[in-house]
Amino acid sequence: MVMQKARDTVEFDGDIPILKMNKLCKNYQLGTVELRVLREIDLTITSGEYVAIMGPSGSGKSTLLNMIGCLDRPTSGVYQLGGQSVSDLNDDQLSMIRGTRIGFIFQSFNLISQLNVIENIQVPMYYQGLTEHESAERARELAEMVGLGHRVDHRPSELSGGQQQRVAIARSLANDPLIILADEPTGNLDSTSGAEILDILHRLHEQDKTLIAVTHDEGIAVGAERVIRLFDGRIDKEEYNKQ
Amino acid sequence: MHRLRSTLTALGIIFGVSSVIAMLAIGEGASQDAQEKIAQLGSHNIIIKTVKPTEDQSALGQQQTLMEYGLTYADAERFRNAIPNVTVIVPNRRLFEQVQYRTNRIAIEVVGTVPWYPEISSVRIKYGRFLSSIDMYYKRGICVVDEKIINDLFGFDDPLGQDIKIASDYYQVVGIVSEQTKSETSSGLEETDATGAKKVGANLGGIYIPLNTVRNRFGEMSLQITSGSRNIEKVELQEIIVKVANIDQVLGTRQSVETILKRFHKKEDYKITVPLELMRQAKEFQRIFTVVLGSIAAISLLVGGIGIMNIMLATVSERTREIGIRRALGAKKRDVIFQFLSETLILTLSGGFLGIFLGCLIPYWVTYFTERRTVITTLSLLLAFVISAAVGIIFGLYPAYRAANMDPIESLRHE
Repeated sequence: MVMQKARDTVEFDGDIPILKMNKLCKNYQLGTVELRVLREIDLTITSGEYVAIMGPSGSGKSTLLNMIGCLDRPTSGVYQLGGQSVSDLNDDQLSMIRGTRIGFIFQSFNLISQLNVIENIQVPMYYQGLTEHESAERARELAEMVGLGHRVDHRPSELSGGQQQRVAIARSLANDPLIILADEPTGNLDSTSGAEILDILHRLHEQDKTLIAVTHDEGIAVGAERVIRLFDGRIDKEEYNKQ
Repeated sequence: MHRLRSTLTALGIIFGVSSVIAMLAIGEGASQDAQEKIAQLGSHNIIIKTVKPTEDQSALGQQQTLMEYGLTYADAERFRNAIPNVTVIVPNRRLFEQVQYRTNRIAIEVVGTVPWYPEISSVRIKYGRFLSSIDMYYKRGICVVDEKIINDLFGFDDPLGQDIKIASDYYQVVGIVSEQTKSETSSGLEETDATGAKKVGANLGGIYIPLNTVRNRFGEMSLQITSGSRNIEKVELQEIIVKVANIDQVLGTRQSVETILKRFHKKEDYKITVPLELMRQAKEFQRIFTVVLGSIAAISLLVGGIGIMNIMLATVSERTREIGIRRALGAKKRDVIFQFLSETLILTLSGGFLGIFLGCLIPYWVTYFTERRTVITTLSLLLAFVISAAVGIIFGLYPAYRAANMDPIESLRHE
C-alpha cells in the first residue's frame, strides 16, 4: 500500500484537521482487571496549532502521546492523521507513518551515541530511502537551522544537553512531518537550555509547523496556543492562550 | 561494535575455518603422495613376491635343513600359458650386494631382470640403453644403473662405459635410468629429509643386470644361510610382476594368479599385491577422512555459531533503547532485522576471511618444516566462505528477529 504524503492530496488551511480523534479508548489488561487508561477522547487539532497536553501522573498523558505517535494502537475509536485513518494499519504501515508524518522529540534526547550530529539527523531519511548525498545535504541545513552547523562531526557525548535536544529537533524535521510530537522536551534541561529550546519551538510554530507537546512544564503551557488538561483518562479542560 | 568482543566472537569461526582448510590440505597432500607412490607400482600390475612361509619351528629340530620356497620359473611359465589378457610377465631376482667402482664402495640392491622390465615399472632410460635380449642370450656382464646412485658410486665420472664390480665379478655400465614421478614438489618422495639424512624406506635406486647373467654367476637359486642357525634357504625368484592389458581385467587376473599358485604351492610362500586395490583403498580412506574431518568442522562451526548468536543476543539487549528510537523514527521490522543481520554477517565473513588466510598459511608452514606435501583445494576455500556466510545468517537470524519484534514503547523506556 503506497502512502502518499497527505499534503499532496488535501489542503490544510484549517478546514480539515491535521489530527482528529473520535471516541478514542485505550484499555490494558492487567490479569483479570481491565484498566481503562484513555476514555473516549475526542480531540481535533488543526494545521499550524501549538498544543500543550498536560495532566497529573496517571492521567493518561503518556498513553495519549503513544497513540498520537502511532507507537501503539487504540482499543477502540477513530484516529485520523492527515485525513487518513491510522487506527487499523499494520506494523509496516505504522512505521511508515511514524517515519514520514511524525517528528519525535524525547525528554532524554534519544540520540544514537555511535553516530555524530549529521548522521543522527540522517537516520529518519535513511529509512525512507534517500541517498546519502540527498540526506547529508538536508541534514546539514537542519543542523545550521538549530545553530549547530559548526558541530556536525561531534558525537552526542561531546554535546551539552541543550545541544543534544537541538539535534533531536533537527532530526524530527528531517522528513518534513505533519506534526512534531514532543515528550517533555525541557524535562532534562536546566532553565537556560530549556528556554533556548522553547525558543526554537516557537520559531517552528511561527513557520506554521504543527506542534504537540506533552509536558509538566507550565512554561510551555504559557507559550502554547492551546492547553489540553487530562484527568483520569479524559479531557478535563481546554484553555486558549492569547497569542 | 566493541572491537575486542567482536574479535573474540569471531575466534570460533576463524579457528573452525582455518583448521578445516589446513587439515584438508594436509589430508589431500598425504593422499596424493600415497596415490602417486601406488601409481608408480603400476595400476595394471599384479605384483607377486616370495615370502618366507611360517614354519613350525620345533619341527625343525637340530639338524641342518634345506628349505626351498617361493616363486619359480615354472610359475612364470604357468602364468604365461594359463592366464589370458596378460601382456607382460617380469620375473626378478633381487640381491643385496657390495658394489665397487675404483675406490668407492656401496651396498645396494641388485635386480636381475628382463629387457621388458620398464614396461611394468616407472624407470625410464635417460642415457644409453636398457638390457636387451642379446644380453640375456649371451648372459653378458653388463648393467644399467639408477641415476640416484651415480653420485655415491661414480662421483663426477660419467658412468657409461665404466666397469664396476658386483660381488666378485665385473659389469660394464651400458645405461642410466631414472624414475618417473608425476609431480615436481613431491616432498614425500624425496630421499633426504630437511637434515640431509636419507629417509628410511625411500627408493634408493639400484642396479639392473640381465636375469640370465644372475643365474649364471650367482646360481639358479639365492642361498641364504641365517646366522646363528644351521638352516639354508633357497629361492628361485624373489618376484614376478604380471601386467594386464585392461584395467578391468586386473582383479580377475589376480584371481587366476592366486588359483594357480594355490594349486602348485604346498605352502603359503608368496604374497600378492595389487596396486589398483591399494589405490582404491587409499581413495576410500581419503573419503572417510574427509567425512570425519567435515563432521568435526561442522561441530566446531556449530559451536562458533552458537557463540555468535549468544553475543548478538547480548548486543541486541544492550541496544534495546536504540532499537526503540529507530522504530520511532520510521524503521520497519525488516529494517531492524537487516541492520542486525548484516552486523552478524560482517562478523562471520571477516572471521571467515581471517580463517581462510590462516588456513592457507598453516599448510605452508607444515610443508616447510616436515617436507610433506600439502594441497590447498579451491573447493575447501569456497566451502569455508559459504559456510561462514551461512553460519552468520543462521545464527544471526534469531537475535535479529528478537530485535525487530521488540515493542517500541517498551524499548524506549529501557535504560
